[in-house]
Amino acid sequence: MTKEFVCIVCPNGCRLTASGDGGELRVTGNLCPRGKAFAEAELTNPVRSLTTTVRTVFPDRPVLPVRTAGEIPKGKIPEAMAFLRGFTLARRARCGEVIVRDLLGTGVDVIATDAV
Amino acid sequence: MTDYGVAVIGAGPAGLAAALAADKKGEKVLLVEREARAGGILKQCVHDGFGLLRFGEKLAGCEYAARYVEMLGGTAVELSTLTYVTRIEKKDGAFALSLVSRGGLCTVTANALVLSTGCRERTAKQVDIHGTRPAGVFTAGTAQYFINILGGMPGRQCVILGSGDIGLIMARRLTLEGAQVLGVYEAKPEPSGLSRNLAQCLDDFDIPLHLSKTVTRLHGADRLTGVTVADVDAHMRPVAGTETFVACDTLILSVGLIPENELAESLGVPLDARAKGPVCDQRYMTLVDGVYSCGNALHVNDLVDYVSESGDGAGAAAAAYDGAPRALIDIRPDDQFLYAVPERLDVAAPRDKTAIFFRSRTTRENAELVVTLDGRVVLAKKYRHLRPPEMERIEADFSSAGKNSIIEMTIREAQ
Repeated sequence: MTKEFVCIVCPNGCRLTASGDGGELRVTGNLCPRGKAFAEAELTNPVRSLTTTVRTVFPDRPVLPVRTAGEIPKGKIPEAMAFLRGFTLARRARCGEVIVRDLLGTGVDVIATDAV
Repeated sequence: MTDYGVAVIGAGPAGLAAALAADKKGEKVLLVEREARAGGILKQCVHDGFGLLRFGEKLAGCEYAARYVEMLGGTAVELSTLTYVTRIEKKDGAFALSLVSRGGLCTVTANALVLSTGCRERTAKQVDIHGTRPAGVFTAGTAQYFINILGGMPGRQCVILGSGDIGLIMARRLTLEGAQVLGVYEAKPEPSGLSRNLAQCLDDFDIPLHLSKTVTRLHGADRLTGVTVADVDAHMRPVAGTETFVACDTLILSVGLIPENELAESLGVPLDARAKGPVCDQRYMTLVDGVYSCGNALHVNDLVDYVSESGDGAGAAAAAYDGAPRALIDIRPDDQFLYAVPERLDVAAPRDKTAIFFRSRTTRENAELVVTLDGRVVLAKKYRHLRPPEMERIEADFSSAGKNSIIEMTIREAQ
């Protein structure tokens, strides 16, 4: 089995080739160990960070930018978006503050990426 | 005696870094911003990937800006928001700036000037799209503002023209917000954005990328009803007979950025036709003494970390500006390069660690960059890949360069 990926960890965008037959996975094309970890995750449980906005009650700043503090399973992204689209922030927040704790049971918080 | 040591125009990432660097050198700094908040375009960049070099973290753009705004809070920098610079004149070795703000009209003087005015998006009228003028045609940045700042949606069925990074980021953003992105069309035979953005913005969402195809015509009276797309030939000209109609209500344009240098040009600052920003030396001083340029006004960067780096350099150098004469020699990239910045080296100034930013003209595999000083190799660096969309940074030691030296740059096959 051989699969190719573009590593999205950093702007280098390494072109990775992962090969292996059930046993040890061999990754080539990576400039750093994060590339190997990325290829392994892509084949087992692909994860992504999610960046979006949530509505606020403040007319001067109708939306607040947020992101997941870590990565969540890629398959959970549609559900996470549906949840966050239905969320409205009713208080002022600082940059970095937790807006939603433990998003959909992933153990990952959603944090503000700007102040409002 | 001037009102300020340094005046910085534009409080995006370049201007914020420049103001902080000049303040750190003990100069009195004025930072002028036309919008209500500092941060520039980063305010609407809610996606992450910013700050990996600067902070060692993957931050959202607005988060990166917020860090700089916070740092600014602890300094003596005077930030003047909702303020336009209408005119700058060089008088008696200093700069007189005419400012318009809610307080009215005023003139202030500064010893040195940093122009961190960013860049502007190319529009539909600049890429020869014919047809009607319906609503629903947006530049990628405008669509981004609409969604990420105003909380609205530009449309439901979108076609994206141009595969630059902002276009790719918007393809994902629109999809996440429930719009349908029918495809990204790119006139060039290869994509313009970073590989990682093609992977995480298009592939992740099964958005098709159509290369060597462009939008030639808009349809619709009040609102866009569709676009005509056509194949293009090797000279990027549409091929007759290949036109097809794509029904959509929104066209997003990501067709290039142009450094904004109206103020620079009003001061007689010469621009580099290749980088499209001011010709400058290794300390970011333009060919007009006392005028510095940084960030996307200097050349369009793909990483904000490099924008901040040029802001740091320009701000620190502007703070130290004393009118001392320069001895400028050319840095000569050959035609293998799209451009290289800086274009000049001041051999009367420190030059042991000269940062050069460049883009290759074509996609290359296993290439070697070679920098020579008077025929002697001062830097050779091998690259597995060089791509025009991916800017590279090198650092060369030109400490032995004199005023008759010749600096040349080339890219060759790696041995």
